Amino acid sequence: MTSAVSFQKVSRHFGSVRAVDMVDLDIVPGEFFAMLGPSGSGKTTCLRLIAGFEQPTSGSISIFGERAEGVPPYRRNVNTVFQDYALFPHLNVLDNVAYGLMVKGVGKLERQKAAEEALSLVRLPGYGARRPGQLSGGQRQRVALARALVNQPKVLLLDEPLGALDLKLRENMQEELKSLQKALGITFVFVTHDQGEALSMADRVAVFNDGRIMQIGTPEDIYQRPKTRFVADFVGSSNVLPPDFVQRYSGQHRWGSLRPESIRIGRAAKGDGVAARLVSTNYLGATTRLALDADGLRLHAIVPAGATLPKEGEAVVLTFNREHLHLMDEPA
Amino acid sequence: MTLTATQAKPAPALLPRAGGLRGPLSDLFWRRPKLLLLLMLLPPVLWLGIVYIGSLFALLLQSFFSIDEFSGLINREFTLKTYGDLLQAANLDIILRTMTMAALVTLASAVIAFPIAYYAARYARGRWKALFYLGVMLPLWSSYLVKIYAWKLILAKEGILTWLLAKLHLVWLLDGWLSLPIVGGNSLSVSSTGTFIVFVYVWLPFMILPVQAALERVPGNLVEASSDLGASPGQTFRNVLFPLALPGIVAGSIFTFSLTLGDYIIPQIIGTSRLFIGQAVYSQQGTAGNIPLAAAFTVVPIVIMGFYLWGAKRMGAFDAL
Repeated sequence: MTSAVSFQKVSRHFGSVRAVDMVDLDIVPGEFFAMLGPSGSGKTTCLRLIAGFEQPTSGSISIFGERAEGVPPYRRNVNTVFQDYALFPHLNVLDNVAYGLMVKGVGKLERQKAAEEALSLVRLPGYGARRPGQLSGGQRQRVALARALVNQPKVLLLDEPLGALDLKLRENMQEELKSLQKALGITFVFVTHDQGEALSMADRVAVFNDGRIMQIGTPEDIYQRPKTRFVADFVGSSNVLPPDFVQRYSGQHRWGSLRPESIRIGRAAKGDGVAARLVSTNYLGATTRLALDADGLRLHAIVPAGATLPKEGEAVVLTFNREHLHLMDEPA
Repeated sequence: MTLTATQAKPAPALLPRAGGLRGPLSDLFWRRPKLLLLLMLLPPVLWLGIVYIGSLFALLLQSFFSIDEFSGLINREFTLKTYGDLLQAANLDIILRTMTMAALVTLASAVIAFPIAYYAARYARGRWKALFYLGVMLPLWSSYLVKIYAWKLILAKEGILTWLLAKLHLVWLLDGWLSLPIVGGNSLSVSSTGTFIVFVYVWLPFMILPVQAALERVPGNLVEASSDLGASPGQTFRNVLFPLALPGIVAGSIFTFSLTLGDYIIPQIIGTSRLFIGQAVYSQQGTAGNIPLAAAFTVVPIVIMGFYLWGAKRMGAFDAL
């Protein structure tokens, strides 16, 4: 089967900066693909390479089997939902949504009907006459989504579209985007720096750092079985354990990772385990996050709220199920 | 040290009022900000309201007086006779010529200014941007008269332009153009084409700067969004860039149009002997001593600009503001 988007050894350099460096990538048609990474990691440049706003310095990009280098954005059946929505301020909502059809020469009545339908799809029916300036952030986001979807793109690109929304709205939109993608069957490529968002929405996640892909896999793969220290640390802030520490528990001299929720806290001198000292506690609502110091190694543990906790500065013993200790590929 | 010194004498929670007149005055203005606003606005409002608008109104009033053709004295009785004179064929000719020139100058300025403004707003950064501002503003620093006389030399029959065209074997083109009626003449410096060229040159900065400011406010991602939605560069220009730059173009055209309508120096030095509104005002109030007709002529650009702005507003030129 041809990939929806395929990168072969794609690089994009800006002067001496390698924004994207030898990236290989295959996005399956119909999947919800997330590109996750810190700012400056190259994920947005990858998105812009798919949209056609950037051209690769080297390597080849195919969209549904067709070579896309040198093809301008307006000849790609790919649409983008921009980070700050980029709605046209001089057009009303309906004309914004109908814009793509208008430039393709679709008749006025037909494109307005399609635009109305797209607005209903994003649950904004009857908002057509308003100006973008009169809408809230969440509504603008939906208009931007409708404006892209009305063109029935082969691939929909979303550049941190939920970044500007407040928490509650963001959670609602995450669910809506997910169900919309399922219903429409369009390939979604989603850029985010929020690991929770990537894990909860995507079928597969690519983790970016320094212009390279560190790991591609299902959210579970990425979360449970990180391959490198960077992935372990960035996705869900796992405890990264040095080879010497790992050797004591697994017998192998390799880097390891341990999720904060896998660590149990016990009173000192109560069974064997890792001796540590509680440095600080952070109350997070449903859980409490503990910072611990185990002989110079800083560890984090997450315990459910309501558990009786030792005082800050007290000695504790840490225990964990050895199956939860994950060994990483990264060489020691 | 310093810390212990401050600790020894604890700082008060409320600080004392500054001494002299300054303290009470600052406190008064802080409590009554509108008083400060009033004091700041009073001088310019007096200037604009009485000296400027007042004298303009006095001038307009003159247009409703008439002149006694035998004695040359002004008859201070309300009459529309002067406006009747204004509508004579010769005067209508002047008005029409000036309006056509102003419209053409505005159009040409907009067409020339747009690419320059676009480059400056989208691409020029740092040193290049400084160079752009310098290049646009520099001509404004030198005397207007010097520039016009320089152009007279450039456009003269023995001037550099004719010389350059001769080198390029294109004199036939110039001669062909100059042999045309209305736009032609003995040389460029005594033709309406010459007047047009110098008008465009002199007013161009007034078009470039507002268009550049308008384009600067168009976020770059709107151009990308348009392209992303399938619009070719031409369609993006028509549907996104141009409508968003329109308030800037209209602002610029207000300058180029009204400045051309009122100018009397450029057509006097460069061009034909046919009059423009500014020259008509100048000669009517000077040599002819017909102040009422001069005043009636000044009403014309004001009325034209009024209609122009009304039309621009109706066309939605200010919607994107």
